[in-house]
Amino acid sequence: MAIVAQSSKFGTYGRPVLAWAVGLLFFFPIFWMVLTSFKTDADAVKPEFLFFFTPTLENYLNMTENYDYWRFARNSVISAVSATVFTLFVSVPAAYAMAFNPSRATKDVLMWMLSTKMLPAAAVLYPMIFLAKGIGLYDTHILIITVLSLINLPIAIWMLFTYFKEIPKDIIEAGKMDGVNTWGEIKEILIPLAWGGIASTALLVFIFCWNEAYWTVRLTTIDAATLSKLIEGNRAPEGLFFGRLSAVSTAAVGPVVVLGWFCQKQLVQGLTFGAVK
Amino acid sequence: MYLKKTLCAASAIAMMAGAAHAADSLTIAIVNNGHMINMQTVAEAYTAETGVELNWVSLEEGVLREQVTSDTATGGGQYDIINIGMQEAPIWGAAGWIEPLNFGADYDVDDILPAMRGGLSHEGTLYAAPFYGESSMVMYRKDLTDAAGVTVRDNDSWANIKGAAAAMHDPDNGVYGACLRGKPGWGDNIAFITTVVNSFGGAWFDADMRPTLDSAAWNEAINFYVDLLGNYGPPGSEGNSFNEILALYNEGKCGMWIDATIAASFLTVDGVAYAQSPNAGNPVGANWLWAWAMAIPAGSPNAEAASDFIEWATSKEYVQAVGNHPEFGWGSVPTGQRASTYAIPEFQAAAGFAAAELAAIESAAPAATDLKPYVGVQFAAIPEFPEVGSAVAQEMAAALSGAKSVEEALAASQDAADAIMREAGYY
Repeated sequence: MAIVAQSSKFGTYGRPVLAWAVGLLFFFPIFWMVLTSFKTDADAVKPEFLFFFTPTLENYLNMTENYDYWRFARNSVISAVSATVFTLFVSVPAAYAMAFNPSRATKDVLMWMLSTKMLPAAAVLYPMIFLAKGIGLYDTHILIITVLSLINLPIAIWMLFTYFKEIPKDIIEAGKMDGVNTWGEIKEILIPLAWGGIASTALLVFIFCWNEAYWTVRLTTIDAATLSKLIEGNRAPEGLFFGRLSAVSTAAVGPVVVLGWFCQKQLVQGLTFGAVK
Repeated sequence: MYLKKTLCAASAIAMMAGAAHAADSLTIAIVNNGHMINMQTVAEAYTAETGVELNWVSLEEGVLREQVTSDTATGGGQYDIINIGMQEAPIWGAAGWIEPLNFGADYDVDDILPAMRGGLSHEGTLYAAPFYGESSMVMYRKDLTDAAGVTVRDNDSWANIKGAAAAMHDPDNGVYGACLRGKPGWGDNIAFITTVVNSFGGAWFDADMRPTLDSAAWNEAINFYVDLLGNYGPPGSEGNSFNEILALYNEGKCGMWIDATIAASFLTVDGVAYAQSPNAGNPVGANWLWAWAMAIPAGSPNAEAASDFIEWATSKEYVQAVGNHPEFGWGSVPTGQRASTYAIPEFQAAAGFAAAELAAIESAAPAATDLKPYVGVQFAAIPEFPEVGSAVAQEMAAALSGAKSVEEALAASQDAADAIMREAGYY
């Protein structure tokens, strides 16, 4: 009885406290970054100004005036939105085919797709650069959208496959009986039924595309450079410019943090490969 | 309908592919150091005067090297001007990856400090113009040495430096005797360690370019380094490089710091004094030499405009422009590149470190000698050095953290360096 009472007490008080503690621990770096973004570079490294300081918008003004923040932000939006749309355009039919018309090779294909995520990006960096330059696509949105789509396709197909598997085959069969063609099945039956799963997949892919830094930094110069490149460029080997680096980072992650906040339920579903119920 | 859709798609693709740069613009790849950040503001006057638009691509040092290497190796075209260091300039010049620089008489190329000019040239031809340069020196807290009753001298012995560090070391009050680079990287811990090894009479390679990390000089130097930093350095030194130590120093936690002269312009604590780098009997190579310079990739379609900009950005006029700029002033002018900068009274008044910095740069000795058959002080100007240096850097950090003994780390370093040099075909 005593054990039951103790565990119940932990469930009532301990668990929320633990959850808040873990949440605050994870949130602290973001809080620190936002706080630092309102400090001057000089104040940012002084421990006495950790929490109490005179806030300034200097870093944000500098970022928009001198670093052309809006150009990087526009490129991030174009790349992330386009890559998300393209990824879904390919992954929905692919997952549909594997979920409802599986063949003997389906499992192997799924594993093969997942295995592409195990390849270290650095291993194909120079071939990618040479290829992109050779076909004249270096530093273009087309290249970045293609690369972002390709690196996110495996995870999108896997997620959608998991969602689609939970939809009873009979519903799709019934559609077939009513004379609906394949595209009709996807459009009229599958998408409405799996809308939650597709939305959470889209959201995750968008976040991955927005935050992607390895390729967006290395395959762009100016025209297609995203916010990741702006952050990367603000790291200084000689000098402590934490104020301006924090401002750039805050402005870069801000949109996606806000988006994630509003869609946290779907995000959790997506991250845990949750059901479409 | 289909035709219309196709045309729309084609237009969208063409728009997304991005328009070609106009001929009157320059794309410049830079590292995000303070002087380069200032240049972006000062150069607004250049654009106003010439009409040449400047597109700055600011990159982290490692990424910049990656991008510039791949760009130059594939025929260029991505950048019109690139920020490169002293390690790359002579190698890339010899390989024909960057253009030789020829400026007008007004540029006064003889005003460039000889060590800088030599380090950025190949067979007497200048391939990169120094934007700012640096050597290394001791930056110590005179208030702490006075309180401890010790003295730090120019070109001091390492034994005396260790004694001073021990006297100032007071970890209970958050003061550590010596803050030195320990973070692994050929531009991080290896830069400092190489100067220590040089000063003990060691070198990276022998006359046949065989690694000499198994020599007595390396053993003695690394044992000294690990002992000094391990006993009188801040905890976690294997994670510290320039920025980390700068933060510690400005918090008043370092008795002394031996690092790039440029650091002096960032120090905000009171009572800092400067001394020339210590040695253990061999002063040659005890202080390093580095420059962040500007070069033109061989494939640049705007080489002439690029040359004009570099001529302006590395000129005496540029120094004046920064010194007289309302946002910056004489304490912010790029240093270490021109002798004339050190003769400007306003600069001398604003920069208390000027004399020490000039002395350090002038005494740096990058040329090949009987002791070391390669160019470079804290590096060897050969293409394989970054790979060799990175491998050895990891071993040195392991020795510092105690994960390996100095002997084990040096033996592993020797094997790694030997394999790289052998594979590269040196012997």
